[in-house]
Amino acid sequence: MEKEKIIEIKHLGKIYDNEGAKTEALRSVNFSIHHGEFVAIMGPSGSGKSTLLQILGLLDPATAGQYLLFGKNVDKLTDEEQASIRNNRMGFIFQSFNLLPKTTVLDNVILPLVYSGKPESDWESLALKAIDAVGLNHRLMHETSQLSGGEKQRVAIARALINSPEIIFADEPTGNLDSKSGAMVMKFIQDLNEKMGHTVILITHETYTAEHAERIIRIHDGEIISDAKVENRQRATGELKK
Amino acid sequence: MIWQHTLKTALRGLKTHKSRSLLTILGIVIGITSIILIMSLGRGAQDLILSQIQGMGSLTIAILPGREAKSPTDVAQTLSDSLKEKDLRLLENKANVPDVKEIIPVVFGAETATYQSEIYHLTIFGSGASMINVFDLHPSEGESFSEEDVRARAEVVVIGSKVKEKLFGTDVAIGQKIRLKGRNFRVVAVLPQQGQSSFVNFDEVAIVPYTTAQQYLFGIKYYNRLIAQATSEKYLNQAAAEIKETLRQSHNITDPDKDDFNVQTQADIASRMKSVTTVLTLFLTAVAAISLMVGGVGIMNIMLVSVTERTREIGLRKALGATNKNIMYQFLTEAVTLTVIGGAVGILLGSVFSLIASILIIKFGGLAWSFTFPWSAAILGIGVSAVVGLVFGIYPARQASMKSPMEALRYE
Repeated sequence: MEKEKIIEIKHLGKIYDNEGAKTEALRSVNFSIHHGEFVAIMGPSGSGKSTLLQILGLLDPATAGQYLLFGKNVDKLTDEEQASIRNNRMGFIFQSFNLLPKTTVLDNVILPLVYSGKPESDWESLALKAIDAVGLNHRLMHETSQLSGGEKQRVAIARALINSPEIIFADEPTGNLDSKSGAMVMKFIQDLNEKMGHTVILITHETYTAEHAERIIRIHDGEIISDAKVENRQRATGELKK
Repeated sequence: MIWQHTLKTALRGLKTHKSRSLLTILGIVIGITSIILIMSLGRGAQDLILSQIQGMGSLTIAILPGREAKSPTDVAQTLSDSLKEKDLRLLENKANVPDVKEIIPVVFGAETATYQSEIYHLTIFGSGASMINVFDLHPSEGESFSEEDVRARAEVVVIGSKVKEKLFGTDVAIGQKIRLKGRNFRVVAVLPQQGQSSFVNFDEVAIVPYTTAQQYLFGIKYYNRLIAQATSEKYLNQAAAEIKETLRQSHNITDPDKDDFNVQTQADIASRMKSVTTVLTLFLTAVAAISLMVGGVGIMNIMLVSVTERTREIGLRKALGATNKNIMYQFLTEAVTLTVIGGAVGILLGSVFSLIASILIIKFGGLAWSFTFPWSAAILGIGVSAVVGLVFGIYPARQASMKSPMEALRYE
């Protein structure tokens, strides 16, 4: 039995209109992503892969075509509904971590819970579980500026996990990391997909990183040039140093 | 979104930029400080004036010549000579005014008194013999003039403590003669030190029989005031009504609007003074409120800077599920927290300053001033500063909430 389609895009297009100067970032993109898949969207910079992630992550609307998320047309969703989906059903990991400065690891991980409507009494235990999962218990009350790049990205992963979202978006998650930290982060991401069953959408420009996924969608100048299963999948072997 | 979290975030944001936050709230602090100071001092002044009016005695009724002033520039009342001897005689007749116990005429004017080489500018207060009772004056030396002296236009004088000190120093004054308008007046009594009470400072006056003052000092046939005393507080208004009736008959007035005199009880004067001080306080408060407006604009300015600076944070929060409303509340809370902190500091400073002011007034002004913590002003101060935060925070907060998450995240 084929798994449930959670993302389906048809003839998706995006034109940026910068004071009359129009740039076509995406042109008639079509694909579907099923529940539990690990998909890499790969392309050089300027290919439109980030634009695609922003549209898929409900951070920016498309200008053409259709985007069905969990079977619903996202055009029909209100801002509040979109915010709620981003909060409960999606998790984001960014290249530049995007943690709150001058704020502890714990408070950073709690942040999505603040907007979730979950009772405040549960916040800390949920956050502790997520922080434990990325092995940062000993850094709980540290401010994020005191952490290494790899640790920062693990905080971001814990934050992405906290509401147990169905889809995790990772936008160049290893881009700002050394290879060792990068390997560890990729290990986490693979585990999220394989052990915890999250659907993962990874954006990258590196073939090596993309090959950690089970399927690669290659994109160039706003168009899909290939969409294929990965034959020799990379296994991340990052070791967690506790 | 949970309030505690919003507040915690707001406080953290403010702590991150301590000196900026401090400078931002300065406008609010100054505004609230001045409002508290003005309201507290206004209240003190009001209490002081009211207590002095009460010092006039609650049975006292003042009859002034001229109609009641309709506006502050209406001088008709002070220029009138409508209270004559005939009126006094009618009011002295108990049959006309059964509820009036005592009636005394008053004339006054500025004069120069000399004794040997000493010169002193003082107020001449011409009155009847019973003024000692009506104004509760008890000479510390000698005895005041009698009804006989009044009838005889005797050239006798009762002097206030300061007049005594200036003219005689430590010498004996009783029996000595001082010169007023070229005539010699014998000092018959000296008043003890009283301080400012009601409308006259009795320390700086020379009291002479009103007949003498009219004839020899001022050359007038009318009175500047008639002061009546009611038999009891219960009949105060009745006594005032009887006086009005008698005077109208005496002056052939049928329409009360055309009265050429006006009768004031202590309560009238008190309410009039109260409205004067209230208007003054309100006016000054309004001036201070302008600094709150300026402070509010400062808050708005800094909040706009803060919104721009934290564009990435806003984008991140939105990506993690914050709605426009969440972001708006966050920035509004920050603005209101700022202004309320400013308000609290202002209330503290305002109270301290007005306490210091009261101490100085008591010490150097010799007035019976009392400091009261202006609770109503404090509550108003907190309320107003919160409103300033809301009003001036709403625009930056809206700007923040309207940011698209993607654009905010891309912002460098």
